[in-house]
Amino acid sequence: MLSCKDVTRKISQAQDRRLTFRERLSIRLHLLICYACRRFVKQVTILTAVSQRLLSDDSKSGAVDTLTDSARHRIRDRLQESVDRHDGKE
Amino acid sequence: MANSDCPSTTTAADPERWLQDHGDYLYRYALRQLRDSVQAEDMVQETLLAAWQSVAAYTGRSAEKTWLTGILKHKIIDCLRKQLREVPVDDITALSDSPDSGIDQLFDARGHWITPPRHWGSPHKTLENRQFIEALQRCLERLKPTLARVFTLKEISGNSNEEICAELGITAGNCGVLLYRARMGLRQCLEALWSPSQTGTTD
Repeated sequence: MLSCKDVTRKISQAQDRRLTFRERLSIRLHLLICYACRRFVKQVTILTAVSQRLLSDDSKSGAVDTLTDSARHRIRDRLQESVDRHDGKE
Repeated sequence: MANSDCPSTTTAADPERWLQDHGDYLYRYALRQLRDSVQAEDMVQETLLAAWQSVAAYTGRSAEKTWLTGILKHKIIDCLRKQLREVPVDDITALSDSPDSGIDQLFDARGHWITPPRHWGSPHKTLENRQFIEALQRCLERLKPTLARVFTLKEISGNSNEEICAELGITAGNCGVLLYRARMGLRQCLEALWSPSQTGTTD
């Protein structure tokens, strides 16, 4: 019988690979009788879903960070150099 | 500057305007994944340069912003890989093989929860989202950088464990342990920072 600690490890692995039938079955049996691990599964599901959103979708982060003026100038100069070199070649 | 002889497809290729229009967006995107403003600025610069060099390949089929974000994403993945490769393999192995007291203290001797996980509500489905995302962001900052990078790489690259391990030159077992520790660390941090009741919603 899996302990709760074992289950947390398996649930993490389930985010990364397909578990074997045996593993899935033993987790199911444990979850049937363990509300704490059922909550854990929900937490991990939320963690993965929100992480993916945080890392890829700008609209929901509410972040207000912007490029500083100095960074903006530096990047613009660097781009200008590259564009000039390109134009010079033609 | 000769811009009169530029026909249709190249008229839109203006790196300065890209910087103007999408610079902040690209910066925020990179900042969220790298959590370092200097590196994030470098990524924006590299992305715009790469975009300029490959502008001929841009078919205009996807929106400009989407196109630039795609380039940026690859740059960030390369950057995370590079950072992780610079960590000595022995250090990574030690990080995954050493006991994790943060995890151990959650369970009793028989491996049962000492404090059961709390109910988090459904922050991924509701408007509470934003507060949860902010808490997660803070938790990522508190996590050990190597763990945060492996976790980020895994979640943004969509690569399998095997691919990530192969890139880092560590075993699949170690990789799995790092991701497990990252998730457990984030979960525990969120237990402390996040409470669904703080927004007054119930479920």
